[in-house]
Amino acid sequence: MVEVRRCEVLVVGGGPGGYVAGIRSAQLGLDTVIVEGSRYGGTCLIRGCIPSKAIIHAADRFESLSQHANEGGHMGISVNEAPSLNMKDLVGWKDKIVDRLNKGVESLLKTAGAEVIHGWATFTGAKTCRVEMDGDQVDIEANNVILATGSSHIDLPFMPCDEELILSSTGALDLQELPETAAIVGGGYIGLELGCALAKLGTKVTVIEGTGDVLAMMDKEIRRPLEIWLKKHGVEIYRNALARGTEQIGSGKGGKIRLKYEMNGENHSIDVDKILVTVGRKANLSGWGLEETGVRLGPDGRFIRTDRKCRTNIPGVYAIGDVAGEPMLAHKASAEGEMVAEIISGLDREFDNVAIPAIVFTEPEIVSVGLNPDSARKRGEDIITGKFPLAANGRALTLEAEKTAGFIRVTARKSDHVILGIQAVGSHVAELHGEFVLALEMGAVLEDIEGTIHAHPTMTEAFHESVLKTLGHAIHSA
Amino acid sequence: MARKAFKLPDIGEGVVEGEVVTWHVEVGASVSEDDSIVDIMTDKSTVTIPSPYSGVIVALHGEIGDMVAVGAVLVEFDSEGEADDSPLAPEEPDVEEALDVVETSDPPARAPEAASAITSPPVAKVSTAPSGPVLASPAVRRRARESGVDLSALKGTGPGGRVQQSDLDAYLATGGSSPSAPKQVSRNGTTEIKVVGLRRKIAEQMVRSKSSIPHFSYFEEIDITELESLRQLLNSSRGEEQPKLTYLPFIMMALSKAFVRHEKCNAIYDEEGEVVIQHEAVNLGIATQTDKGLFVPVVKHVESMDVWQAASEMQRVTGSARDGSATMEDLTGSTFTITSLGREGGLGATPIINHPEVGILGIHKARDMPVARGGAVEIRRIMNVSSSWDHRVVDGADGAALIQDLKRMIEHPALIFM
Repeated sequence: MVEVRRCEVLVVGGGPGGYVAGIRSAQLGLDTVIVEGSRYGGTCLIRGCIPSKAIIHAADRFESLSQHANEGGHMGISVNEAPSLNMKDLVGWKDKIVDRLNKGVESLLKTAGAEVIHGWATFTGAKTCRVEMDGDQVDIEANNVILATGSSHIDLPFMPCDEELILSSTGALDLQELPETAAIVGGGYIGLELGCALAKLGTKVTVIEGTGDVLAMMDKEIRRPLEIWLKKHGVEIYRNALARGTEQIGSGKGGKIRLKYEMNGENHSIDVDKILVTVGRKANLSGWGLEETGVRLGPDGRFIRTDRKCRTNIPGVYAIGDVAGEPMLAHKASAEGEMVAEIISGLDREFDNVAIPAIVFTEPEIVSVGLNPDSARKRGEDIITGKFPLAANGRALTLEAEKTAGFIRVTARKSDHVILGIQAVGSHVAELHGEFVLALEMGAVLEDIEGTIHAHPTMTEAFHESVLKTLGHAIHSA
Repeated sequence: MARKAFKLPDIGEGVVEGEVVTWHVEVGASVSEDDSIVDIMTDKSTVTIPSPYSGVIVALHGEIGDMVAVGAVLVEFDSEGEADDSPLAPEEPDVEEALDVVETSDPPARAPEAASAITSPPVAKVSTAPSGPVLASPAVRRRARESGVDLSALKGTGPGGRVQQSDLDAYLATGGSSPSAPKQVSRNGTTEIKVVGLRRKIAEQMVRSKSSIPHFSYFEEIDITELESLRQLLNSSRGEEQPKLTYLPFIMMALSKAFVRHEKCNAIYDEEGEVVIQHEAVNLGIATQTDKGLFVPVVKHVESMDVWQAASEMQRVTGSARDGSATMEDLTGSTFTITSLGREGGLGATPIINHPEVGILGIHKARDMPVARGGAVEIRRIMNVSSSWDHRVVDGADGAALIQDLKRMIEHPALIFM
């Protein structure tokens, strides 16, 4: 006899959507069970956002040290020897951060009162599943189910990842040795974030992008500083180039891999130590009994179909995060998780956010919140915009944050000055974004920001100035 | 992005076309799957059709008021996802898809709040607009949702029209109306309301009646003191299953008796055939105001009923007209129509004949009046009636004779039952 566990809320998946839903649901006093097949924290904490940011930070540090080791040093500081990199130790340091967060998530769930299960859930009906746990089994019957199964890396069928020579982002975050050369297939944000970090550590990086633009999610103006940085740092970018296959060259240590690609109708190839495939992510829709639940997919079959309350077609079954649709971002998943737990507890909630911020941790960093000038015009808005360069911000100069030619750009409606969107590019701009989103959610007009004192000397002054610029009277810029 | 076309799905019940009543979207708008796109009115009901795709609307087919055939292209999208084989021959979403019927493999014990059955489609449901157009902070939005307030109904006093906590306070304090505007200001606003749907049908019917029928109207005052005593007596001794009697069932009974002597008045004038068809059956249309507009459900064969049956049947058909469950059978086949505004009945009116009938009777408010009787002033219960007649087939004397006959019966209610 398999034990049957009945509960009010079953959360499937312990990523940033699921674990937040689990904690909130338990906080609200609902009998909550959460099941995770791998490690609590999900892609984000374990093999995505957090580990990549750790490596990006380390790469930054390495690059500065190298600068200080150059002849004559930098800003009066010299180090005698070029820094050396022990990739294994770097990854070990990163793993410690990941472990800490992973344990933190589990303990938060338990403290809140959720039952935390390590195992693989396979659904047998809309709200029933069997969980396999190390030879043990339990059947769960829930009144409400929150599907938070997340997403996975997309493989190219003709060059599947072996995590040895052909890596997904997961493998790239566990490198035991720094590759001298690497090719990145897919110039989206994941590929470029890792590409920037590798380039800072000293890898010769080549990006193979299938379309005409890298980082096409951002507009031309805002990604321009990134393109310049990549060029300056010897990152080669091939646009409209399609990967066609690989060939192993030599074996064992020193073995290389040849990436064949097609560009302008011609066949090319490049020999590198590692290939990183970052062509996108797909919702995890199989392997857990979705077909038994009766839950319907959206018209293109890529995601579970949900409404603004994250309800699926089956009453009492909700889907959140990557499995429920774009944008596949951890903070969207968390917001949905919190909301669904509250809906189940009887509160009236709906996903009515004005903006979901998007941040790319390349060098320079890029932030986008709300509409950009093009999308605003497309929506029929009569707009005014203002752009303020970080080079005119004192704090940015002291941080050398102006070196990447960044700026903040504001788009507002001409008639009533309601702020429609804010984008920023530059070193350290990611941390500025909170104020941008707040402005949009609060329905701020330019004059609200204008009338808010921003402390000197900080980079947030650049946001204030970009708003003044939009109003036509910036102080530190003509 | 791919161009996709969405056709008017088969809404069921043999409906072959529907009238566009409201567009919830416009060209250039981006919609998410399941957002309401259009309200379609058929003979039977109004259905809100949700978007089957997420994407940007590139074309809408059909002006408000246009009839659209099932299967005709309604909306074209630039949609995310794969393209259809040919832009204008899209997959046909099944009815469920289009009308968002929620399937459930669960026992229906837990009422699914999302479920909407196809048999009772929501009537012109106003889509909950995405927060886009309403400027308000997250805290205000949440409080509004929890208070059941649609923020788009408020006028924000903040910069850019932002709705502030104080606006919501004021709105809630006045029980859900916008803070009162300063009085005695001149106003120049206009509101255009397209005449569509039931309103248009009513308009057409009225124009046809008034422009083809030469109406004359005739009024009378009826003393219903005795009828009132009888009514109260019957009501005080009625059985549990018997409805409470109003004046109307008695008047219906009296009419059905009177028509035997005035057969000219219970007739249909077939203008094309140039023939008047007098009916033995007394099928009385009862003009009924509903949320959607004027309906005329029909009580059939009043001549075969007693006063209780007439009262029950009248309650049934007017009730079903009000709650939208009236069948075609309930709404057609009248030979004469009665219109009564109940408490708002007033003193008199000039009712418009329900074409192609030849007469209509209006019932007005009953009230106690001082009346000269036998040389003294007495308080009597008085009710006015108005009537309009098609002078092509009913002469003044004919209409007057019927009303006088009716008056005699109502004033001496025993005659109704003789």
